[in-house]
Amino acid sequence: MARKRKIITLILTLITIVLFIITMSPFFIVIINSAKASLEIITNPISMPDHWGQLVENIKTIWSKPTIRYSSSVFSSVIITLFSLTTITLFSAMAAWVLVRTKSKISTIIFLLFLSGLIIPFQVVMFPLVALFRIIKETTGVSMLRTYHGMIMAYIGFGAPLAVFMFHGFIKSIPKELEEAATIDGCSKPQIFFKIIMPILKPIVVTIIILNGIWIWNDFLLPSLVLGVGQDIQTIPLAIRNFAGSFVKKWDLIMTAVLMAAAPVIVGFLFAQKHIIKGMVSGSIK
Amino acid sequence: MNRYTKDKLIFWLFLAPALLSFLLVVIVPFFMGLYYSFTDWTAVAGETPNFLGFANYANMFSDIAFRYSFLRTFLFTLLSVISINFISLTFAFLVTREIKFKNFYRAGFFIPNLIGGLVLGYIWQFIFKSVVPAIGGLLGIDFIEQLLILAEPNLTLFGLIFAFTWQYAGYIMMIYIAALLNVPQELLEASEIDGANFLQKLWNITIPMIAQAFTITSFLTLVNSFKQYDIIIALTNGGPADIYQDHIVNSTELLAVHIYNVAFKYNNMAEGQARAIVFFIVLSFVSIGQVYFSKKREVEM
Repeated sequence: MARKRKIITLILTLITIVLFIITMSPFFIVIINSAKASLEIITNPISMPDHWGQLVENIKTIWSKPTIRYSSSVFSSVIITLFSLTTITLFSAMAAWVLVRTKSKISTIIFLLFLSGLIIPFQVVMFPLVALFRIIKETTGVSMLRTYHGMIMAYIGFGAPLAVFMFHGFIKSIPKELEEAATIDGCSKPQIFFKIIMPILKPIVVTIIILNGIWIWNDFLLPSLVLGVGQDIQTIPLAIRNFAGSFVKKWDLIMTAVLMAAAPVIVGFLFAQKHIIKGMVSGSIK
Repeated sequence: MNRYTKDKLIFWLFLAPALLSFLLVVIVPFFMGLYYSFTDWTAVAGETPNFLGFANYANMFSDIAFRYSFLRTFLFTLLSVISINFISLTFAFLVTREIKFKNFYRAGFFIPNLIGGLVLGYIWQFIFKSVVPAIGGLLGIDFIEQLLILAEPNLTLFGLIFAFTWQYAGYIMMIYIAALLNVPQELLEASEIDGANFLQKLWNITIPMIAQAFTITSFLTLVNSFKQYDIIIALTNGGPADIYQDHIVNSTELLAVHIYNVAFKYNNMAEGQARAIVFFIVLSFVSIGQVYFSKKREVEM
């Protein structure tokens, strides 16, 4: 019996390793081809590169090519992701808290309204959203298209339903007595929220930041509509689209750009792996 | 200010930022879009749309490209749901066994999920166009060397499913792992003592115990397959051309891409919007139906 077990475990391990290698092979392909020059990549896409120094050359080219504006895209992506994550988390937590703690018809209706946002696909609202942003510009003079605040506001709106839903469920489990005791001690409502509730929310905050972070960092369709491909402010996916779409397939540079877009997220993941996996699971099961 | 008004003020102040953004980018555009779908809206500033009634909807169903796109989207979704769930369940089974370094493998299977659809599409475009033929050449197999996955409509659809499965299976795996870890070990051990073999244990204990996870994973894969856009744009950009009912159509122009193209490429905003509304209605029905039937099966199990 024990021997049979051992053999089964060995076979399962072998299958896992094979599947793991297959899963990882695209990354391997990207890495070896990022270190090739134009001609080399065409003639031999599966061999190891002639010299790894080419990788540095390619990265330099991508980083400094004026048509890609890679460095400014990294900057924009970081700004948009950071501000969107902060605001989605803070505003959704605030909204969910008052919705849980206020027992009234209006709070039920507003909560249901947020929930309806979970089933509305982006495709239904994308064209009118752009039109509405344009109308806002005409009537009030505030530019929403091609601006950071417009982009971030859009992310709050699309990120809020899920975040409010998740916070709502979590806050319901926090005992009300905790807040009542704080009120007796002289805490104001905002103080209760920021000093007592927010710290308790930490685990779910991590989940929400991870789920939204991966989505916003990689998003293409929403920024392509709000910011526009090839405009002043562009995120990394927009830059890659602009570059890969408008140039004759320069696969060596596309692979390098792909590597440069994927590497930061993967490195970040490896550092925060434990939280992310825990967060993913609790976030998707609810 | 008395306490009641103060509480009310706090209620609205705390709610305002999230609610206003949500109303502005989701709810208001949703109703605008509903209205526009019945007009000849062009999205040109200053032009007031004229009311047309159901004309845009009627055009949609007589448009062969739309019907083709619709069928292809269903096919893609069905095959993706099967493929992703099969692969992710396999992954989850393996990495919940007593094998060494299982956390390492879990992380590895999950990593493709960190790559955005657009970037991922370019990776697979390169693999299908250059790497696959090169491997065929290396192995000396002509069939693989001449295999142009992105040139033949049906193969291309499988290429898309392959790339999407690569991206998404790791995420779905996480849900299955959580479910599998919740299966009580005593049950499995007890059945083993009673002489149950691997398949019997799987069929009679494990699968019923993780039925709830099936509902969630099928829902997630269904909705995400149906809405797929990024991967297609970077991998095939809708192509290659196919013939459907004597018309030339784009073989991987699935609904999300189709809607975008009708509005922007063919410059018909109102028709694109009407198609988006139908997209929404169909997606709602299919996904709600799926959850309903899965829940029912959960109870039976």
